[in-house]
Amino acid sequence: MTDDEPLREPRSDAGAADLHAPTFGAGRDRHDDQGVVADSEFRSYYGRPVLKPPVWEWKVPAYLFTGGVSAGAALLSAGADLTGRPALCRAGRLGGFGALLASSYLLIADLGRPERFHHMLRVAKPSSPMSVGTWILVAYGPGSGLAAMTELLPGSLRAMLPGRLPARVGRLAGLSSAAVAPALASYTAVLLSQTAVPAWHEARRELPFLFTGSAAASGAGLGMLLAPVHEAGPARRLAALGAGAELVAARLIERRPALETTAYTRGRAHRLRRASEYLTLAGALAAATVARRSRPAAAAAGLALLAGSALQRFGTFDAGVASTKDPAYVVVPQRARLNARDGQHRHGDQAE
Amino acid sequence: MTDEHSLYGPLEDPAADAGHQEHPPRVGFFTDTSVCIGCKACEVACKEWNDVPEDGLDLLGMSFDNTGMLGASSWRHVAFIEQERPLGRQDPGLSDLPTGPSAAEHTAEVVADGLRDAPRGGGELGTEPVDLGFPSFELPGAGTGSETRTDFRWLMSSDVCKHCTHAGCLDVCPTGALFRTEFGTVVVQPDICNGCGYCVSGCPYGVIDRRPDDGRAWKCTLCHDRLRGGLEPACAKACPTDSIQFGPLDELRERADRRLEQLHEAGVGEARLYGRDPEDGVGGDGAFFLLLDEPEVYGLPPDPVVPTRDLPSMWKHAAVAASALLAATAAVFIREGRR
Repeated sequence: MTDDEPLREPRSDAGAADLHAPTFGAGRDRHDDQGVVADSEFRSYYGRPVLKPPVWEWKVPAYLFTGGVSAGAALLSAGADLTGRPALCRAGRLGGFGALLASSYLLIADLGRPERFHHMLRVAKPSSPMSVGTWILVAYGPGSGLAAMTELLPGSLRAMLPGRLPARVGRLAGLSSAAVAPALASYTAVLLSQTAVPAWHEARRELPFLFTGSAAASGAGLGMLLAPVHEAGPARRLAALGAGAELVAARLIERRPALETTAYTRGRAHRLRRASEYLTLAGALAAATVARRSRPAAAAAGLALLAGSALQRFGTFDAGVASTKDPAYVVVPQRARLNARDGQHRHGDQAE
Repeated sequence: MTDEHSLYGPLEDPAADAGHQEHPPRVGFFTDTSVCIGCKACEVACKEWNDVPEDGLDLLGMSFDNTGMLGASSWRHVAFIEQERPLGRQDPGLSDLPTGPSAAEHTAEVVADGLRDAPRGGGELGTEPVDLGFPSFELPGAGTGSETRTDFRWLMSSDVCKHCTHAGCLDVCPTGALFRTEFGTVVVQPDICNGCGYCVSGCPYGVIDRRPDDGRAWKCTLCHDRLRGGLEPACAKACPTDSIQFGPLDELRERADRRLEQLHEAGVGEARLYGRDPEDGVGGDGAFFLLLDEPEVYGLPPDPVVPTRDLPSMWKHAAVAASALLAATAAVFIREGRR
């Protein structure tokens, strides 16, 4: 019997020695989802969550990843274009646009009513990071697409156009998307932070750095994977910088002295983020050393950085979801805040 | 943005802040839980009037509460709490008898164990069916002996969307489906909502949710259609004890203050108002409560804050991070050749 399968038979506790024997998820051996704080240390309504867990599924963290890859790749390709690295430029433009297409699919497919995705375009609302993000994507998309198209122009068509037109259009388009790319890489942090989800809201200061670092590392990882070693120097350096930012920001979140951020160091979120750290660290080290000489090593390092970035997004997402399912993450910090505020909090109605 | 407190803090007139030029006074609910008898007429009236679909016919083991939580298909939810202490100066006369309720704490623990294993940790309550293993042959917690049966009180409270002055759901909605009405309430337009789900995570009370089979977000509208027709909301109309009181918010706040004073004089020192204060984290609730215990006991957050409070600071952090990314990219190309 799996965890998800509810027990349908009527049961009886009558003869049970221990009323709290794991009757429901019988056979579970993990203790990840035990409460972060013992139930007796705070009060709740039958242990029920206070918040609704996010309705978003795997598609949203996957979008966070692909959006970051696209932004990082767009920046890298614009730099490569300006400094005469055609292969790195081509890799960034095509990879970036591919990631953007994946992003768009993931965003629309995660809607409850995908056929109404265009309703996002009926307003521009500064108080909603998702609305801001929609318009960032609208500003980013055409440049990314056009730049990729100039790379894919067949030779016969290219011959019909005036000499340097495709290159010029590609450069302008690539620069326009690169100008918006930093916004694309960072707005998703605000998207998660501006929620009542305790783990996301509490990490609001570090998340932008985690996500831009992750975007740089993954975009650069893509460059290392697809471009030849002699052109990929900037990608390797960007990878090291991005990975560094990602690792530091991830650790800073864990060190925040708040109950809310312990969600990052427990259960599945913790395992995903540890795996991400190892991969990112390995990728960054390889980028600084062996990836300068060997194409296979560079490709492996690029893959490790991409995987590390993806796992970081999934781990961050998971921590948030976990923090909504346990009422302790909501009640304990808020109660402490209230008690601190009212000094001598009224205890006229002690439970005992 | 017409007011310095548009995002956070006390806001006199949310409807005007949202752009309504001439509008009726802000209305809301005052739910006085001290007179709630747990009849659930509010739940039924709401379902009937608003044509809200079924949310799962399951037994949850939470005393008489088989709704569990507000959700996409439960816009009113009556909470039932069994506690081992008397209410005010009342004497239920059970203290010497081995009767009383089935041991209240054990009941709660059995349910909590079951909820922990539910797919959304119990967040699906009020939206879709949750099977916690009941009915079983025994009442939850009934396995313990009669010696644990004690004197008790029964708290009942009809929960509803708070129609916050600063509504997290409204702030984050990217389509404009959620809007501030002329009455100062917060309503979802089902013909606009595309089910992005952002509001579900934006609400600090866990009220709004997405209906799985329908894909759109739903919550209490404070019977916007009835208000426009000059009627009071269905739940308030149906409430037989006037535990749910509807009216202009200013008037309700006065009434609540008087009731609180009255209860304190009567010896119910634990009575307190929840969501009444315009200085609180959401600028005060349009639907507020008189509670007889701490809010978390009723499943309410003790000190909710609208996430939008930190919006300017979050964008500043994002801007710094974005600039750093741009600078880093420029640097890695400029540094070429030094290695």
